[in-house]
Amino acid sequence: MPLDLVVNVTIAGVLTGLVYGLMALGLSVIFGVVRVVNFAHGEMMTIAMYAAVILFGAFKVDPFLAVLPVAAVFFALGYALQAGLINPFITRPEHSQFILLVAVATIMVNGLLIGFGPDARNLQVPYQLESWEFGKILLDKARIYAAAAALATSAALFLFFKYSLTGKAIRACADNNLGALVVGLNVKHLYALTFGLGSACVAVAGCMMILLVDVTPNLGPAYTLLAFVIVIVGGLGSMPGALLGGVLIGVSEALAGLYITPSAKSMMSFGLLILVLLFRPQGLLGRKA
Amino acid sequence: MNRRDFNKAAAVVGAASAFSPLNVLAQGARLKVGVLLPRSGVQALIGQSCQKGADIAPAVLKQIFGVDIELMNADTESNVDTARTRAERLIQEGANVLVGAFDSGHTSAIAQVAEQRGVPFVINIAAAPPITEQGYKFVFRNFPTAIDLTRNGLSLMGEIFRTTSVAPRSCVFMHVNDTFGQAMSKAIPPTLARLTELPFKILDTISYDPAAKDLTVEVSKAKAANADFLMLVCRLNDAIILRREMAKQRWNPMGIISPGSPGLYEEQYNKALGPLAEYAICNTVWYNPKSEMTKIVGAQFKKQFPKDELTFHGTNVGYTFDAVMIAADAFRRSKSADPKVLAEAIRATDIPVARRMSLGGPIKFNAKGQVEGNLSAAIQNQKGLPRVTLPAQFAESKVIFPSPDYKKS
Repeated sequence: MPLDLVVNVTIAGVLTGLVYGLMALGLSVIFGVVRVVNFAHGEMMTIAMYAAVILFGAFKVDPFLAVLPVAAVFFALGYALQAGLINPFITRPEHSQFILLVAVATIMVNGLLIGFGPDARNLQVPYQLESWEFGKILLDKARIYAAAAALATSAALFLFFKYSLTGKAIRACADNNLGALVVGLNVKHLYALTFGLGSACVAVAGCMMILLVDVTPNLGPAYTLLAFVIVIVGGLGSMPGALLGGVLIGVSEALAGLYITPSAKSMMSFGLLILVLLFRPQGLLGRKA
Repeated sequence: MNRRDFNKAAAVVGAASAFSPLNVLAQGARLKVGVLLPRSGVQALIGQSCQKGADIAPAVLKQIFGVDIELMNADTESNVDTARTRAERLIQEGANVLVGAFDSGHTSAIAQVAEQRGVPFVINIAAAPPITEQGYKFVFRNFPTAIDLTRNGLSLMGEIFRTTSVAPRSCVFMHVNDTFGQAMSKAIPPTLARLTELPFKILDTISYDPAAKDLTVEVSKAKAANADFLMLVCRLNDAIILRREMAKQRWNPMGIISPGSPGLYEEQYNKALGPLAEYAICNTVWYNPKSEMTKIVGAQFKKQFPKDELTFHGTNVGYTFDAVMIAADAFRRSKSADPKVLAEAIRATDIPVARRMSLGGPIKFNAKGQVEGNLSAAIQNQKGLPRVTLPAQFAESKVIFPSPDYKKS
């Protein structure tokens, strides 16, 4: 196997994995604080991808600029979804939460089908098909930009949780819900804020993902599953874990495609998932319960 | 027999004749045709394209055969299980005959249902050979098998190389990993071995998921094979993703040639890719632009779909229309909508070349329910349109090979 081929494929895996990681980060943040698994996560990203396509089609807004309005709208929608719909389910059994979010996901998919039809859509920015060439190494511009945006968003989120007062309050809720209530934190508001942040994360991931793949209404469930695999591998609730999981899945899929067969890509992700569940159930960077 | 017995017998005969299919037809009964196509999911665009062929059929067939057709449309959602359940439901709802289903996997599932329920199934497009090798009595296919499709496609490849005086020495073969793609990948190596005039070797064979969202690895592997051209068996969405990835990876082989698959000549392929779609060649079944039936169908197509161009939908519309026509012709001859009578009438089909839209000989089914003698043409995208370049008698323009942007590695 030529070395340049392995290097090219590995780089592509790392870059795609970072965008996967950002998508999974939203899921991980929501679960880490609210303790609700967002089964509509992939569908939300699909909507963000459509939003980027619409903004580009109507106003020629580059997806990198579309990130701001789309993330803002998603933050508001996420906040409203948590405050209006999910908060009442926080104390209910997990299967009720599961059914609720699956219902939300189904409504989203069908809404997209009604609104956009089943056809694949994409956008064509000038740099979409361009790449940098360093000898035999090719760096896909769109993938590099998307990965950089994913890293920047993850860093911003990390800094927010680490240093801002609101971030610290959210972490306090995650660490000790009762303690947070006792000291007078508005836990329901903080939950909604967290869901909003997770939604904004997925919106950024969607705006980046549209540079890499075409969008169809049925794309959502596959990405929800992928996000789960990533956060379980990385560790549910762990922010660096989500990024690490994304990169691991991206690279393992790429190398499986190269060394075994491209059809074995998904097989490798699930193989990795089983190994992690067997030997480190809390995930690579997760904490033991 | 006394008067009372005579009256009873007369009443029974009267009732029987009133409800017999012959009488129903005489009173203007219609043939209920269940059309199964993937109108959503990954194959949605091609399924919708095929659907246009079914949609124009009732008006055209009323005009030429004088029969009434009621379409019962069902979406297989690009899913084998859905195809099976939709077929069941159409039969329960009274479909006299089934038509479809574009995808070999879906078609195999529907064929099983049709055979179990004793309802004739006329396949519009599906190439996997086993479909007509099962001894089915109710399954009929007017479409070449993967073996025939491959033989025709590879022969045309030889013709392309002779016409352009170019002799590529190697290719990399990429194919979708579904029933159709696997059937083609099994058929190509033995056929290639028999066609000694073809000068090239397959350096690598790469299969990929038909629902793939990203083909970076696949294209990287294909590029690394350093082959002269890409032989591709694809669908539509994957063909678009693959061509974009080729551009990103700056891989410009002599050309892309399909030995017989959809994707490369579709409207969406040309629209989505623009200049990148140019010069792709697909040696596949096509419609006869000079046939009388094409003119009739073309006029109806323009009436019902004024925004679409028939040339982008020719194969899908042609073969789907022909499938509905086969059912309508059997209905006309048998004067019955009874599935078993219809099946026998379909078996006896003999539609002359002048009456068919697609390229090939007369439509006659062999003992297996397969039409032999369907032909392929070399279709190349030129200036945003799929043009027939070979065989010479149907050619609309000259074939261009290698592509002008070919870069020797």
